[in-house]
Amino acid sequence: MRHLIDISDLSVAEIDRLLDLGEDMLRRPEDYRRSQQGRILATLFFEPSTRTRLSFESAMLSMGGSVLGFPSPDSSSTAKGESLQDTIRTVSCYCDIIAMRHPKEGAPIAAAMKSEVPIINAGDGGHNHPTQTLTDLMTIRLEKGGFEGLTLGLCGDLKFGRTVHSLVTAMSRYPGVRFVLIAPPELRLPGYLTAFLREKGIPYEEVEHMEDVLPRLDILYMTRVQRERFFNEADYVRLKDTYVLTPDKLALAGEGLRVMHPLPRVNEISPKVDDDPRAVYFKQVRNGRYVRMALITRMLAENGGEEAGHEH
Amino acid sequence: MNIDSIRRGIVLDHIQAGRSMEIYRALGLEELPCSVAIIRNVKSNAMGKKDIIKIDDDIDIDLDVLGYIDPGITVNIIVDGVITEKKHLALPRRLVNMGRCRNPRCITTQEANLDQVFVLADPARKIYRCLYCDAEQRGTDAP
Ligand SMILES: [Zn+2]
Repeated sequence: MRHLIDISDLSVAEIDRLLDLGEDMLRRPEDYRRSQQGRILATLFFEPSTRTRLSFESAMLSMGGSVLGFPSPDSSSTAKGESLQDTIRTVSCYCDIIAMRHPKEGAPIAAAMKSEVPIINAGDGGHNHPTQTLTDLMTIRLEKGGFEGLTLGLCGDLKFGRTVHSLVTAMSRYPGVRFVLIAPPELRLPGYLTAFLREKGIPYEEVEHMEDVLPRLDILYMTRVQRERFFNEADYVRLKDTYVLTPDKLALAGEGLRVMHPLPRVNEISPKVDDDPRAVYFKQVRNGRYVRMALITRMLAENGGEEAGHEH
Repeated sequence: MNIDSIRRGIVLDHIQAGRSMEIYRALGLEELPCSVAIIRNVKSNAMGKKDIIKIDDDIDIDLDVLGYIDPGITVNIIVDGVITEKKHLALPRRLVNMGRCRNPRCITTQEANLDQVFVLADPARKIYRCLYCDAEQRGTDAP
């Protein structure tokens, strides 16, 4: 059985087909309104993440399917000491597909080993979050018409931001892509990823100020600087306001720029930017619903077949 | 036991000098009823000095453990006083339950019954990664 654990479980061609289906669903949602009637998605959130859970549930409900699950670990059986694998064995008897989020890295792999149904990783700690990456890819393709030759600016916490790591990995598979990494020295992209870019001959540059590079970017991907990533409050306070996008800075950018953010934001994008046509982070949320619809559809259709994800 | 003339058994040759005791323990040789000889600091043209372990019985050696500790070791199988087989080791592609993942955020730190599995990621640098969390397990004592 195939699962989706990591974005690299999907080939470039598989991603293309998923995005095609997602875009069709976005244009003609009524055609899919009953397409998953009778199917059940379980959302197992061993770590609360209301946005991601709502996005999955909305996706399934938009296709006439049903959802069950628990929103937080205190209401789950693992809170009573049950193992993850036992929980998965039990829940996979009640549903056709599982979306799970877990604070521990690699948890979805352990789950997939015992599951009777396909598993979608909805985030495992700071490790992988492939449906966020699919959301990002769908947004980039819709806004820019494709991936080839784009210059992507990634701004903020590039060290701990897993959405950034997955996006770099995913985008590195398209020809002509270049990266501009905008971060303070403390929060730079990890060495293994820059080594990977050098190995693949993908151009990137590391800068500390977005003003210098904004005019050259096709995409500006903003991230939040999370308090829980810091051991010390002073470091957090010093860095959290360093990389804030304001209308003044945006004025430096070209008309073709698109500003993205995985949300929720704290203050790294001024709300005054929201109505600028180049701000697409709320469209990104909408796209997340449709690309999850496409993913659920594919994985249910191809359960055991030749497409979609991780083999175990 | 005459260490030079084993009739039937195993000779582990080309062990890096000083590492024979580690291998002795890792293979559980102290549990064996047969005689086991550890010969240290033997002169070697290729290595300067080397260690040798001779085991006076035809036991099952865990080649994965051995290959992980030192892929340069040669395993000679002796039958009727002659070497019938020379096995050269390679780094195993997967290590199961040899050590624990070092990443405190890994699912293996929470889920008690999971096998600890490490996958060979870079043979040249002898780097393994945790199957679950991808964390690198580096160095001679890792995982
Ligand atoms: Zn691990």
